[in-house]
Amino acid sequence: MLALLLRDLRLATRAGGGFGLSLAFFLIVTVLVPFGVGPEGGTLSRIAPGILWVGALLACLLSLDRIFALDREDGSLDLLATAPIPLEGVVAVKALAHWLTTGLPLTLAAPVLGVLLHLPGPGFAWLTLSLAAGTPALSIIGTFGAALTVGLKRGGLLLSLLVLPLYIPTLIFGAEAARRGGEGLATFTPLLMQGGITLGALAILPFAAAAAIRVNLR
Amino acid sequence: MLSTAAGTASQDAMSIWEYANPKKFMQTSAWALPWVTGLAVVTLVTGLVWGFFFTPDDYRQGATVKIIYIHVPSAMMAINAWAMMLVTSMIWLVRRHHVSVLAAKAAAPIGVTMTLIALFTGAIWGQPMWGTWWAWDPRLTSFLILFLFYLGYIALWEAVEDPDTAADLTSVLCLVGSVFALLSRYAVLFWNQGLHQGASLSLDAEEHVADTYAWPLWVSMAGFVLLFVTLVLIRTRTEIRARRLRALEARERMA
Amino acid sequence: MVDLGKYAGTVLGAYGVTILLILGLVWLSLRKGAEMRRRLEAQEKRMGRNG
Repeated sequence: MLALLLRDLRLATRAGGGFGLSLAFFLIVTVLVPFGVGPEGGTLSRIAPGILWVGALLACLLSLDRIFALDREDGSLDLLATAPIPLEGVVAVKALAHWLTTGLPLTLAAPVLGVLLHLPGPGFAWLTLSLAAGTPALSIIGTFGAALTVGLKRGGLLLSLLVLPLYIPTLIFGAEAARRGGEGLATFTPLLMQGGITLGALAILPFAAAAAIRVNLR
Repeated sequence: MLSTAAGTASQDAMSIWEYANPKKFMQTSAWALPWVTGLAVVTLVTGLVWGFFFTPDDYRQGATVKIIYIHVPSAMMAINAWAMMLVTSMIWLVRRHHVSVLAAKAAAPIGVTMTLIALFTGAIWGQPMWGTWWAWDPRLTSFLILFLFYLGYIALWEAVEDPDTAADLTSVLCLVGSVFALLSRYAVLFWNQGLHQGASLSLDAEEHVADTYAWPLWVSMAGFVLLFVTLVLIRTRTEIRARRLRALEARERMA
Repeated sequence: MVDLGKYAGTVLGAYGVTILLILGLVWLSLRKGAEMRRRLEAQEKRMGRNG
């Protein structure tokens, strides 16, 4: 399993692997928002937590179809399905690799981009914390979506349609925690809920995703 | 005694699953369809005509109260259609009855239509009552999210070519989607309270509906349920025929 | 005709949209059903003749 993780990380980070694309996308979205809503600092700082959360979510979405597509093309997905490690484990490792190459960098980049949007002072810590708690859920939910669409030739658009509604609870609690943190309110409840969603998704979705892959490989 | 009781019980258990046989389903539904259709038309027309022509105006909401006879039943069916899809999807995953999953596929477009009706009538009603077409009220938002889930489910059916693969994948999506739809419902409640404290835009009409309004409302709800059943039967029959056609075409190519 | 007062447009609009959507759904369901029935019958007839 460790070997699989290292392999996935190597594939993602080598040239053309897509690592960094999500980050660049996140940066561009953040830069575009002030052009859309105007440069006024008060407005920006009020919407900053939400914009950064939505931006991170969309950036995360970009790299989802890569999770299984390459393995599917060169046939290694069939090998993984028949490998001695359970397919659920493979899915979990894939999600972890996706988080390490997408979710984690996005989380670390968010405070930097927060400066551009006049994120309120106390908000930085809460934004980072809520992203750290929420992006694993985004990765595993996305892995499930990728598993559903792995057999399709042009599944990218469908993948977004399937995954985005599933992202709603994570987004709501994450952005709410960041927003409340920025305004100096209590953030315990949304963070707790979000942690619950992440843990619940991690517990259930590997099984659903593995089932979907088995159906697709049949 | 015991053995007879057990015998009847197992017979009863058998009888439900008999309808899962496509042929049996086609026979039974062909017999039931005219009755259900007639009943649906009668209750629907009765409920709506009663509600539209023979109920007084509300002292606060005026004539707009008449929208309740389509708004509440369609909203109810929007949720019930998804619940029905969840149950039939699970039956498919566990017992592999084709009729079951085809019924789920048949129900999805009806659910979408009901969700749209609930949203549209809500918007039209909200305009004079709240002064806006749309408010991010928890209930409205939840229905919008439900609409998105229906879209994803239907899109997945359309995208996958092999019917059994599509059936499996959509069923898994329906299961996972149900969990997340429920989570979204609670998340939205939390979120809205967080945004506008003390906002009281509630569509909960049932709580303060007087008898004059309640009776035609019950009839309309029954009418919507029967309409749903009628349409599910018609559409499931179409899906079963489509499946059989596919099988015949495949056999012809092989020969 | 029932008097809807100043909300006539609202109520009639809501009922109109609903009736349109439901009729559309019913029409689509029936049309698709009839088409599938026709195609299946044609196919069964052809295969019955051939084999």
